[in-house]
Amino acid sequence: MVNLIWVFMFVFGIVYAAINGTMEEVNKVLFKSAQEAVTISLGLISILVFWLGLMNIAKKAGLLDKLTGLFKPIVRRLFPDVPPDHPAMGYILSNMVANLFGLGNAATPMGIKAMEQMKKLNEDRDEVSRSMITFLAINTSSLTIIPTTVIAIRMNYGSVSPTDIVGTTLIATACSTVAAVLIDRYFHRRRMQKRRH
Amino acid sequence: MEAVSTISIWLMPCLIGFVLIYATFKKVATYEEFVEGGKEGFSIAVSIIPYLVGMLVAITVFRASGAMGFLISSIQPFLTAIGVPSEIVPLALIRPISGTGALAMTSDLIGTHGADSFIGRLASTMQGSTDTTLYILTVYFGAVGIKKMGDALKVGLLADLVGIISAIIVVTLVFGS
Repeated sequence: MVNLIWVFMFVFGIVYAAINGTMEEVNKVLFKSAQEAVTISLGLISILVFWLGLMNIAKKAGLLDKLTGLFKPIVRRLFPDVPPDHPAMGYILSNMVANLFGLGNAATPMGIKAMEQMKKLNEDRDEVSRSMITFLAINTSSLTIIPTTVIAIRMNYGSVSPTDIVGTTLIATACSTVAAVLIDRYFHRRRMQKRRH
Repeated sequence: MEAVSTISIWLMPCLIGFVLIYATFKKVATYEEFVEGGKEGFSIAVSIIPYLVGMLVAITVFRASGAMGFLISSIQPFLTAIGVPSEIVPLALIRPISGTGALAMTSDLIGTHGADSFIGRLASTMQGSTDTTLYILTVYFGAVGIKKMGDALKVGLLADLVGIISAIIVVTLVFGS
């Protein structure tokens, strides 16, 4: 599916540009966007190094295990494939907590560590595992309690009450997160059925 | 409002302080463990590069050619017919694909319609309640070297759809049109 979407974006874009005379724009952004991607990736170095360093301290101090213990009942059900005492749990939880509090740039390094551990659980195969899909589904549906970026934009545009969207955002986020978990379960069941046939 | 921005300013430094003090009491060699843990940051960032280059170039070509706009405007009538405000359609479709694109569009919608208008509130809610699915998948899978996304993309995009629909319903119920 990724391959198809990827090729579609390129080919449809190029064909459209050929018909509508926007080839010059396409040409212009082609390598600029490649450079932008490298800049974004390299820009991650600073936050990755910092948060992975801090995470290592938290792990050695036993803070991650504490966190896991606290939320065990919930995450156990969400991630039945991950043994409850596995280090992956600690990283999954710290990613979720960071997301909840809007610490986006701390959440990414923790999420990457979680993915690493889940890959180990999956015997280092370069395939997606069930728990990875669940983890990413929850991540992409966004878990933020306070959408700080949006509030900042609203303030800039002179909103009378920039925070009045916090409630609606929270409900919409909750809906999409619950949906993510349910849809994930549905696809998991479908994969299992396929395997049985 | 004051409280919210104060909390978000204080949160990060307090978290760092807490971890360091706690670790010191637990007799962790803090500085050494920090350096040890931070080491892999560089290699992870580098391993993300090819994934992100591939994805971002494709998205940019798609957008800059005008193909994305064309696709959006051809879907728009159907979505408007089922009650989706037409101004919001482009944002709803771009949100899962391009983070910077969505952010620019949200600012634009808020600027044009006003932050406290129905559209402004809907755009804010939509921007805040879902994330850039494609970017998240690219970065996370890229960091651990997984090329096949499996069902992850489908699940993520379907959840985005639910998020967008619920944003429209909730904002309509709470703020009315």
